[in-house]
Amino acid sequence: MSSTTNYILGVYDDEDEVLHAVGKVKAKGIKVEDVYSPFPIHGLDVAVGHERTRLPIAAFMFGTLGMICAFSLISYTMVFDWPMIIGGKDFFALPNWIPIAFEGTVLFTAFGLVSTFCISNDLWPGNKTLPLDIRTTDDKFVMAINVDKNKVSAADIKKALKESGAIEVNVK
Amino acid sequence: MSHVVSPIREKLVTGGKSYSDVTHDICKQVEGEPTKEWKIAFGISCLVFIYGAYCLFYTWWQGIGVWGLNKTVGWAWDITNFVWWVGIGHAGTLISAVLLLFRQKWRTSINRSAEAMTIFAVLCAASFILAHMGRPWLAHWALPLPNAFGSLWVNFNSPLVWDVFAISTYLSVSLLFWYMGLVPDLATIRDRATTAGRKFWYGLFSLGWTGSSKTWARYEYMSLILAGISTPLVLSVHTIVSMDFATSVIPGWHTTIFPPYFVAGAIFSGFAMVQTLLLITRVVFKLEDYITIEHIEMMNIVITVTGSVVGIAYLTEFFIAWYSGVEYESYAFINRATGPYWWAYWMMMTCNVISPQLFWSKAIRTNLMVSFFLSIVVNVGMWFERFVIIVTSLHRDYLPSSWAMFSPTRYDIGDYIFSFGLFFTLFFLFAKFLPVVNMAEVKAVMKGVSTEFTIKRIKPTKKTEE
Repeated sequence: MSSTTNYILGVYDDEDEVLHAVGKVKAKGIKVEDVYSPFPIHGLDVAVGHERTRLPIAAFMFGTLGMICAFSLISYTMVFDWPMIIGGKDFFALPNWIPIAFEGTVLFTAFGLVSTFCISNDLWPGNKTLPLDIRTTDDKFVMAINVDKNKVSAADIKKALKESGAIEVNVK
Repeated sequence: MSHVVSPIREKLVTGGKSYSDVTHDICKQVEGEPTKEWKIAFGISCLVFIYGAYCLFYTWWQGIGVWGLNKTVGWAWDITNFVWWVGIGHAGTLISAVLLLFRQKWRTSINRSAEAMTIFAVLCAASFILAHMGRPWLAHWALPLPNAFGSLWVNFNSPLVWDVFAISTYLSVSLLFWYMGLVPDLATIRDRATTAGRKFWYGLFSLGWTGSSKTWARYEYMSLILAGISTPLVLSVHTIVSMDFATSVIPGWHTTIFPPYFVAGAIFSGFAMVQTLLLITRVVFKLEDYITIEHIEMMNIVITVTGSVVGIAYLTEFFIAWYSGVEYESYAFINRATGPYWWAYWMMMTCNVISPQLFWSKAIRTNLMVSFFLSIVVNVGMWFERFVIIVTSLHRDYLPSSWAMFSPTRYDIGDYIFSFGLFFTLFFLFAKFLPVVNMAEVKAVMKGVSTEFTIKRIKPTKKTEE
């Protein structure tokens, strides 16, 4: 979001309205950059045209990695590196390892998933990015349209936003 | 979370709040000067913390010989307090994860403080783990680290090592879940900030959040997966805690009913603690429109259900002790109910089995004073449950000549007081510096649950054209 980009922002005050407005604006051949809202709105990502996230796949892979790491560590230490007879159990005492393997799975999934999420959304401590309109973290819903990426003229974009129910149209 | 809600449902947000009202009401205590009540409460908890910290330091300095343990009762208040706090912690995850999976919208206004409570309760529990190690500076020996004794590793077959992994995973995953839930709300405070300090700190921790639809879509997937993994995690944690006892061969501990019984007890005590805190928070921070009687009633219903599960577990245990035909097992239970610690047993029975049954009456479960009183009673009862399981199973062992009683010293009590000081100090800090209600989630369920929006939906008002 560099300051040189030209954005036209349509401000709405209701989540259902912004959701319908996305469809209306897109029907006029205008490309919607993104919609900013104080809370998740269901179906909005589909309406804007974002692809379905692959986070679940990442989570599954991190989980698998966690389980493999836990099992590898336990079997390396208990079977190969320093085998000890404990309570007459087998060195390879699989049922006893399930709790820690499970915890390892959960731990890796959680941290892997959250890191992936933060990296893919460019979230990091000290990131000074602010929303295009700071009221979107309070009670307003903002549809952002990148003028440079659209063939439609700025005036037409503004008109389309107004017609779709925007209470304000701003340029940033 | 679709917005379709039956109109006959009770409203979760009352008082005709708009989105902006939510922001204002919740951010108010973060942005304003601390109130007098807060200062007094925080001051008291700091004093308790300091006294407790002295006792804990003395315990660390002198060793656990300062406790009232003896040859027969080698494990008493330390582990009782540990299990009690871990159990309390479970409610936060239950509310934020399990109720998310079950699409229970009433969780939205209480999940933030419940999760905070989880984290602080688990920290308190961890303090007892450290304390009862005797040499807390060697705590890292419980981790599988390469060490000075050659390649000697921890015993992965031991439930105590499972516990180390379970508790540390639980603490870190809960912390992560809680923090990610906070990020959008921290951004709200950042964008409202009027002082440079607030702008900087809330800006630092809100990670450059903008609330774009793409971020929100991913965010919801992330929350769902975190909830999905936290649910078995929370069940595993108390299961493993119960295995600390269940895998031993002590009569009274060596029972297969322990995991489900402990998990039910954990939810039971945790919901009671959440109830205690919420009833105070809603009054102190004037959040009656967000934490409504409806919420209190729901909590009480969960307390009744889990309390009944715990009651059945007590009876089953007793029955199985007789049915097993094992003399030692039967004696352990008869001794619990009629031995020298009969008062602890009956305290447990009264507080945990009888008192939650009062909530069958609607008048009682919607009465704030009674709910508050009973929520404390439940936690007293749950503390006695752990005391009964631990001390009364140990104090009369196989050899009558070694039978003994346990009496706590001032350091047993002081270390317990420490955990209260720690818990409340952290909770008050949280309540002052972080939003106690998840604003984004409350706003997301407002349509259909708040009175104003229902009216608006029935009678659509015409938008003013610019």
